[in-house]
Amino acid sequence: MRQFSYSRPDTLGTACHIPDHTRYLAGGTNLIDLMKSDVERPEHIVDLNALSLSQIEERPDGGLRLGALATNADTAAHPLVSERYPLLASAILAGASPQIRNRATNGGNLNQRTRCHYFYDPDMACNKRSPGTGCSAKGGRNRIMAILGTSDACIATFPSDMCVALAALNATVNLTGPEGERTVPLRNYHRLPEDTPWQDNILCAGEIVTSIDLPPLGFGPHHTYLKIRDRLSFAFAIVSVAVGLQMGNNTIRKACIAMGGVGTKPWCVPEAEALLAGKTPSPSLFRDAADCLLQGAVTDRDNAAKLKLAPRVIIRALSQAAAGTPQSQTQKTIF
Amino acid sequence: MTLHSAKIGQPVSRIDGLAKVTGQARYAAEPHPAGMLYGFIVNSPIARGRIEAIRDEAARAVPGVVEIMTHLNRPHSALSEKSYVDGLGVPGSPYRPLHDAEISFNGQPVAVVLAETFEAAREAAMRLEVDYERWPHNADFEASLHQKYMPGKTRSNYVPPKSRGNAAEAYALSPIKIEGRYHLAPEHHNPMEMHATTVIAEDDGTFTVWDKTQGPQAVQAYLTSALSLSKDQVRVRNPYVGGAFGSGLRAQHNVFLAALGAKMLKHSVRITLTRQQMFTHVFRPEAVMDIALGAQPDGTLQSMIVDGVTDTSRFEHNMENLVIWGLINYKCPNATADYKVAPRDTYTSSDMRAPGAATGVNLFEMAVDEMAYACNMDPLAFRLHNYSDIDAMHDMPLTSKALKEAMQEGAERFGWYNRPMAPKSMRDGKELIGWGMATGIWDAMFSPTSARATLTADGRLHIATAASDIGTGTYTILAQTASEAFGIPIEMIDIELGDSTLPECPTEGGSWTAASAGAAVWLACQSLREKLFRTLGKSGNISAWLTEGLSNKTTVLQDGFLQDKGADENLRLSLSEALSLTGQDRLEVEETAKPGLRGTISQMRKARFTHSAVFCEVRVDEELGIVRVTRLVNAVAAGRIMNPKTAASQVRGAMVMATGMALHEESLMDERVGRFMNHNFSEYHIPAHADIPDMDVLFVTEKDKEVSPLGVKGVGEIGMCGTAAAIANAIFHATGQRHRSLPITPGD
Ligand SMILES: Cc1cc2nc3c(=O)[nH]c(=O)nc-3n(C[C@H](O)[C@H](O)[C@H](O)COP(=O)(O)OP(=O)(O)OC[C@H]3O[C@@H](n4cnc5c(N)ncnc54)[C@H](O)[C@@H]3O)c2cc1C
Ligand code: SF4
Repeated sequence: MRQFSYSRPDTLGTACHIPDHTRYLAGGTNLIDLMKSDVERPEHIVDLNALSLSQIEERPDGGLRLGALATNADTAAHPLVSERYPLLASAILAGASPQIRNRATNGGNLNQRTRCHYFYDPDMACNKRSPGTGCSAKGGRNRIMAILGTSDACIATFPSDMCVALAALNATVNLTGPEGERTVPLRNYHRLPEDTPWQDNILCAGEIVTSIDLPPLGFGPHHTYLKIRDRLSFAFAIVSVAVGLQMGNNTIRKACIAMGGVGTKPWCVPEAEALLAGKTPSPSLFRDAADCLLQGAVTDRDNAAKLKLAPRVIIRALSQAAAGTPQSQTQKTIF
Repeated sequence: MTLHSAKIGQPVSRIDGLAKVTGQARYAAEPHPAGMLYGFIVNSPIARGRIEAIRDEAARAVPGVVEIMTHLNRPHSALSEKSYVDGLGVPGSPYRPLHDAEISFNGQPVAVVLAETFEAAREAAMRLEVDYERWPHNADFEASLHQKYMPGKTRSNYVPPKSRGNAAEAYALSPIKIEGRYHLAPEHHNPMEMHATTVIAEDDGTFTVWDKTQGPQAVQAYLTSALSLSKDQVRVRNPYVGGAFGSGLRAQHNVFLAALGAKMLKHSVRITLTRQQMFTHVFRPEAVMDIALGAQPDGTLQSMIVDGVTDTSRFEHNMENLVIWGLINYKCPNATADYKVAPRDTYTSSDMRAPGAATGVNLFEMAVDEMAYACNMDPLAFRLHNYSDIDAMHDMPLTSKALKEAMQEGAERFGWYNRPMAPKSMRDGKELIGWGMATGIWDAMFSPTSARATLTADGRLHIATAASDIGTGTYTILAQTASEAFGIPIEMIDIELGDSTLPECPTEGGSWTAASAGAAVWLACQSLREKLFRTLGKSGNISAWLTEGLSNKTTVLQDGFLQDKGADENLRLSLSEALSLTGQDRLEVEETAKPGLRGTISQMRKARFTHSAVFCEVRVDEELGIVRVTRLVNAVAAGRIMNPKTAASQVRGAMVMATGMALHEESLMDERVGRFMNHNFSEYHIPAHADIPDMDVLFVTEKDKEVSPLGVKGVGEIGMCGTAAAIANAIFHATGQRHRSLPITPGD
C-alpha cells in the first residue's frame, strides 16, 4: 500500500469532481485488499460513506431502488428484497461470508475487480492491471478463469454473485457524474475485455453508482441461484446460474437467465431466454438452452471442467426454477 | 473452596484459554520494544538467476525508511554453509538469506526494508526496483521426475524401506492385481498466525528473539551459528504459537533476517510475513506413488510394490517416509518399496503435519480399497484378513497395536456392518451416498526431555521446560501431569514453556511432546516431592504427626497439603507452611526423562506406532459431482490419553485438514515462473464450516507400558492419516468412480 490522500465529501457534487488516480471507497473489502497487494495504487481516496446512498425504497412503478451504499447484508435481509426478489437475496447470500457481506456495499459489489491470481500479483504480467504487459493467465493456472467473452488480452471472470442475479432480474444502474446523471441496464454495465481489459465497466472518471433499480417482476418461487464452487461456502463460483421464470399452465411465459463464474461479465444470452419462452419445461428444452448459453465457449489449460459442469448446472437450475423449488443457500443439498 | 488435584486422563479445559481469548497471550509479533523498526521483505519474482542491479532511490525516498538491507550491504554472517544447518538437518546446502546475488527460488528474499513504521517499510518494498538476469529453471514436478534420485546422505529420521520375499515375481503370479499412479498436490501449512519475529536489542548487547517457531532452542542454535554470535547473546522465546503444523520446525528466513537487521542497525526489529509471503517458504511436497498390489482370490495379499517420489529443491534433499507404511502395517509375504526425491527450482519442501504418512498412508489406503474391491471383499474385512500384529517390514514386535479394536469400535459406532458392498447402491434423491473407510498409522515417538520443578514460598509449583505449545494443549496436559505427580491443584501450578533458557526440550513435532515433556514433568514432580519430604524429615522443627508420618512413609501430598493417610484431617500442612519449615525459600529439581526410564527400554527392540480406523459417509450429487462429507468417525489407538478433550480436538483438527487434503487444498504452481499462484486464503481453499460434518472421535483402550514412560503415544498427527483416503474411498462407493489424485475437486 502506498501513501494516498483522503477525503470524505458529503455531497455528490463534490464527490464527482476528482483528480486523476482517484478511487472511491465504499466498504473497502476489495479496494483495501488490492491496495495492500500493490495492485491498486490510488493517490487519492474519496470515501463515499458520508453520502446518503444507503436507502432501500419502493419505486412508483412497483419496482425497488437499492442504494449504492446499502450493505450486501442489509440488502439481502430487507423484507422488500427477501419477499419480492428472493433471487437477489439468494445470490447475495451465496457470496462471500457474513462478515464480508456486513461491510460490502451494493455499489462496491458492482465494481469489484476480478480474482484472477495473476491480476492479484504485481510480479506477474497482466493486461488488466498493467495495460500492454500481456496476460499471464493464458497458458497458466487458469482453472478459475472464464470460458465465455474472453479475448486474447484477458480471460478473467467478473466474480460477483449479486450481479448475476441483477442481470437475470434486468436491473438498471443509476450513475451520477461530472456530466450529470444517466441510467444503464446492468447487462450493459460490465464490459467484455476485448483489447482494453483494464476497463471493467462503462463507468467514467468521476462517475458514481448511486443506486440500482429493480423492475417490478421478481419471479416469486420460480427462481433459483445455483452456485458451484470449490468448497461448500465462502468461495467464488466455478459456475453459477441465476434463473427467473414466469410460469403459467406449466408453460414458461418468460425466462431470464444469467451465469456467473464462466464469463468475463455476468453472462446473458437473449436467444437462450427466447428459446425457453412459451415452452413446456423438459430436460431436452433445458439442454437446448444450455447449448445456446454456452455457444462460443473457449477453454484454456486448466478450466475445461467449467465447460463440463456448466450445462449440468444450467439444466439443474432451470429444473429448480420451473419446479418452484429454489436452491437453499444454507442447506447444501442440491435438489 | 477446596481445590483438587487434576489427574492425567481428565478432560481439563485449556488453562491458557482465557489468556488467549482475552489477548493476554503474547505471540511473536506482539512485543513492542521502544524504537523498534519494522522490516518488510522483498521477494524474488524469478525462480533462477542473479540480481543484476538494485535501484533503491525511490524506496529510500519514502519517509521513515531507515535502511534497505541486501546482499551488498548486510552485516557479516557465517560463511560456511554448515553454519546454516538447522535442527531438522535436511541434507544439502541450506539456503542462506541475502548471502549473494544468486536466486534459486521464486519468492527468495532479495532485500529487507527497515523503517520506522510498517506502512513505510511496505511501501518502500513496493518501490524497490531490482533487475535480474534470468536463468532457465524447472519448477514442473512432472518434468522433474526423470531427474529423481536418492540423496547420498539421508535425513536422520529417514526409515529406508526394507524388501521381503520376491515382490515382482509374486505380483506376476498373483491372480488378482491392481496397479496405478496416485498423486497428491502440494499443500501449504497456513497456520492462523503468520511467521513473525521480533528481535529485541537489549541494552547489554544481547538479543531477545520472539519467534514463531516450534523449537526455541533450535532457533537459538541456528542464530548463534549463522550469525556467529555466542550462545549467551541470544535468547529465543515462543510462549504462544498460533498453530504451525510443521512450518515452524525449521528456522524460517524471517528470524534470520530480523536478527541480521538488528545486528546491522543495533536496533530492535520486527518482521512479519504477509499471508502471501507464507507461500514463499515451506510446503508439503507434491508426491506420486506407483502402487501395485497382488492378491489371492480369497483376499490374501501376495505382493506389494510401492514406488514413491516427492519433490525437493535444487539445493537441499528433503525426504519423507512416504513408501513404508503399507509394508509395516500389512501382512504380506512379498513386498518392496523404493523412494526418491525429484529436484525442482523452488524452495525446499518440508514437513507438514504427519509428513510422509499423511501422503503415503492416504494414497496407499486408496489402493488397498481398490484391491479389496478387486477381491470382491468388504474393505474392513480385507484389512482384517491381512492384519499384521507386528511391524511387518522390520519383522519386529510392537509395543502395542489396538488397531483391530479401533476398527471394530469405529465400525460399530459408524454402523459399517449394514453397508452394501456394491458401489452406487445407496441414494437419496439426486445424491449418491457412499461409505468408505481406511486405517491410519503414525510413529509414536519419544525424545529425551528435561524439566524443572520448583516449589516457592507462596506454595506454588513452577514447571519449566523449553517445550512449545503450538496450540495443541501442552500447557494443560503438563499442568495435569504435574498436578497428579506432585499432588497439587492445577490452580497452584505455573507452567513456563517456550524459552530457550529453560531446561532442554526437543523441537515440538512428530507428536512426541506429550509423551516426552509429560514424562520429564512427571519425573521432576516426583523427585521434587521426594526432596521436600527428605528435607522436611531432616529439619528438626516439625510436629510429631509429620515426623512419624515421614518416617513411616504414611505422609502424602494431596491437593496441595501434606497429610497423613488415615489420620485426622485437621492435621495438615500447606505447601508454603511446609516449605518455611525446611528453612528454605525454594526447593528445586531438574530431571531428564530418557527412554530407558523405569525399565521401558523397548525403543530398539520394539516398534512403536499410533493407529486409527476412519469411517466416512459422503453424499455426491450424481450429475454435478459435488461432494459433501456428512459423517466422519475416527477410532484412535494412541496409548494413554492424557486429556480426552484436547486430544479429541487434535484429532478433529487433523481430520479437518485431511478433508482439505481430500477435497480442497492445492497450491497451484505456475511452473513457468516457479511460483504458487493461489497465494491467499481466498483462493487457497481450506475447508469452511459448511464442509465439515459432526465428527466423532473415539479413543480405544490401549495399555502400553513400553512405548513411553507414561504410556502416552501422542495424537497430533494421527488424524491426518487415513481420513483423506476414507473420503476418497467413500466417493468411490457412492459413485463407482475411482480418483487417484488428491484433491478431488468439482468437475474432476
Ligand atoms: C475473501 C472474500 C471472498 C469473497 N467472496 C465473494 C463471493 O463469493 N461472491 C461475491 O459476489 N463477492 C465476494 N467477495 C467480494 C465482495 O462482494 C466485494 O469485495 C464487495 O462487494 C465490494 O464492496 P465494497 O463496498 O467493500 O467495495 P470497495 O472495496 O469499497 O470498492 C470496490 C470497488 O468499487 C468501487 N466503488 C465502490 N462503490 C462505488 C460506487 N458507489 N460508485 C463507483 N464506484 C464504487 C471502488 O472504487 C472500488 O474500485 C469476496 C470478497 C472477499 C474479500
Ligand atoms: S486474465 Fe486478465 S486479469 Fe488475468 S492476467 Fe490475464 S489480463 Fe490479467
